[in-house]
Amino acid sequence: MSATSCNVRVLRQSAPAPDIRRLTVALPKEGPMPKAGQFYMLRAWAADESPVLSRPISVHDADAQEGTLTFLYQIKGEGTQKLARLAWGQSLTLTGPCGNGFDVAGAAAAGRVAVVGGGIGTAPLLLLCKELAAAGCKPDLMVGFRDQPYGMEAFQPYCGSIGIATDSGAAGHHGLVTDLLDPKQYDLVLTCGPTVMMRGVAKLCAAAGTPCKASLENKMACGLGACLGCTCHTKVGPKTVCKDGPVFDAGEVFEL
Amino acid sequence: MSDLHVNFLGKTLAGPVVAASGTFGFGEEYAAIEDLRLLGGISGKGLTLNGQPGNRGERLHETPSGLMNSIGLQNPGVDHFIQHELPVMKSLGTSAWANLGGHSVEEYCEGAERLSATDVDFIELNISCPNVKQGGLAYGVHCADASAVVSAVHAHCTKPLIVKLSPQAESIPDMCKAVEAAGADAISLCNTFQACAIDLEKRRPVFDNIFAGLSGPAVRPIALRMVWQAVGAVNIPVVGLGGILTGADALEFIMAGATLVQVGTANFMDPGACVRITQEIGLWMDTHGVRTLDEIRGCARV
Repeated sequence: MSATSCNVRVLRQSAPAPDIRRLTVALPKEGPMPKAGQFYMLRAWAADESPVLSRPISVHDADAQEGTLTFLYQIKGEGTQKLARLAWGQSLTLTGPCGNGFDVAGAAAAGRVAVVGGGIGTAPLLLLCKELAAAGCKPDLMVGFRDQPYGMEAFQPYCGSIGIATDSGAAGHHGLVTDLLDPKQYDLVLTCGPTVMMRGVAKLCAAAGTPCKASLENKMACGLGACLGCTCHTKVGPKTVCKDGPVFDAGEVFEL
Repeated sequence: MSDLHVNFLGKTLAGPVVAASGTFGFGEEYAAIEDLRLLGGISGKGLTLNGQPGNRGERLHETPSGLMNSIGLQNPGVDHFIQHELPVMKSLGTSAWANLGGHSVEEYCEGAERLSATDVDFIELNISCPNVKQGGLAYGVHCADASAVVSAVHAHCTKPLIVKLSPQAESIPDMCKAVEAAGADAISLCNTFQACAIDLEKRRPVFDNIFAGLSGPAVRPIALRMVWQAVGAVNIPVVGLGGILTGADALEFIMAGATLVQVGTANFMDPGACVRITQEIGLWMDTHGVRTLDEIRGCARV
């Protein structure tokens, strides 16, 4: 599953929320089909232009028949601001797919699966739920947002139930997404979101004896496992988030 | 049609561009991205005898045209490299350089001895890592310290020995002369520049070690000056590196007298940088009627 690097065209870009963008590009013809939990290094500016590093963005959706690859990302700094300016027909460089991704076959075989996301950490969960559903295992989805949820309609066909929590009370449960999760109901919990949220999920799972996998993020230079800039010090030694991860056993990466 | 081959320490390399240590893993990760057979070589991630987990906290920080890093020589150790990474590296169709750091003269010597017993093509002695408290840069500032470690390693090393220097050396010409006299077969320079960044919100340094190593185009003109000085100071080959992003950048180093160049941070700005730079050098040579790099190496020195 080696990453390749190529230029692709933008097909469309929309704004599901003020600081959130959904970017759809032509699926690269070279390289393997991306799996849920994998990501690409995106660059919409020349090698000699700022910022120096490309930006790691997880795959939100990939459709081989349609030939599309979609990213959902939050505008945070110079790199994502430049990505947000991309319009139809413009090109960008993709390097990937990078990372291990979720073990969907293993998850589907585990039994009852809960998928827990927070904020822009929901980005990789759409393809995850889609792949789980295709493997005959519709997961229950629990998501937390600060205020208005975004992107939820796309999840409907692939999930058993969808629970929403918001910090502001704007939608769903007024409180934490972890309030919605009873790990005893599940054989496996998969999570992606803010570190504090994932640690909370991991703690609940550990107490209930339910296995939990967490998808981490970090600053990255290469995205390929070459520079060791994104190392995460796990209980089983140093691991690269970009190549060994981003999906890890939660117990290996969080103090529980 | 230009001929990009370079004769370097008894070997014929396919091109003048070598992937710089710490930016290319052990090469395998880039095999599906670019044709590694066009490279002069790959300098693997810096090794220490027993391996180490590297630094805690932030490891990367972007600056204008630059990148600061504080990896801290995270590596699997010399024996692991020999068993697992080296065989893959040797299968990539280019020369394999083992970059070796150390925490003591004895460690450097033991590492060099074990690597000498393998089929690695070159040993690049790293006496210039700014990101470990002990070792690394500890030997790269004063000529006497560098001389001591290089002459000790020289006695244990049967591979061509390249010594990678730090821009923090007290005097580049004196340092170059010292390592040449101590037995270096070639010199590479320069490693990253010690630098600092502050996180305003935390009101603390970005990096746990306070200082980190700056690389990328931001340092290129300074690195070029140091390569120029090195070429003038010694009679052994000089491998030039520091912020090279284009064929034109690489040609500046070659015209200053560098035998080879290394490309590091550019691999993050363009994962196909090493091959692209090689091709840009060839294109420039073609359009200028230059057949071999020997015709232009050092031509800028009058």
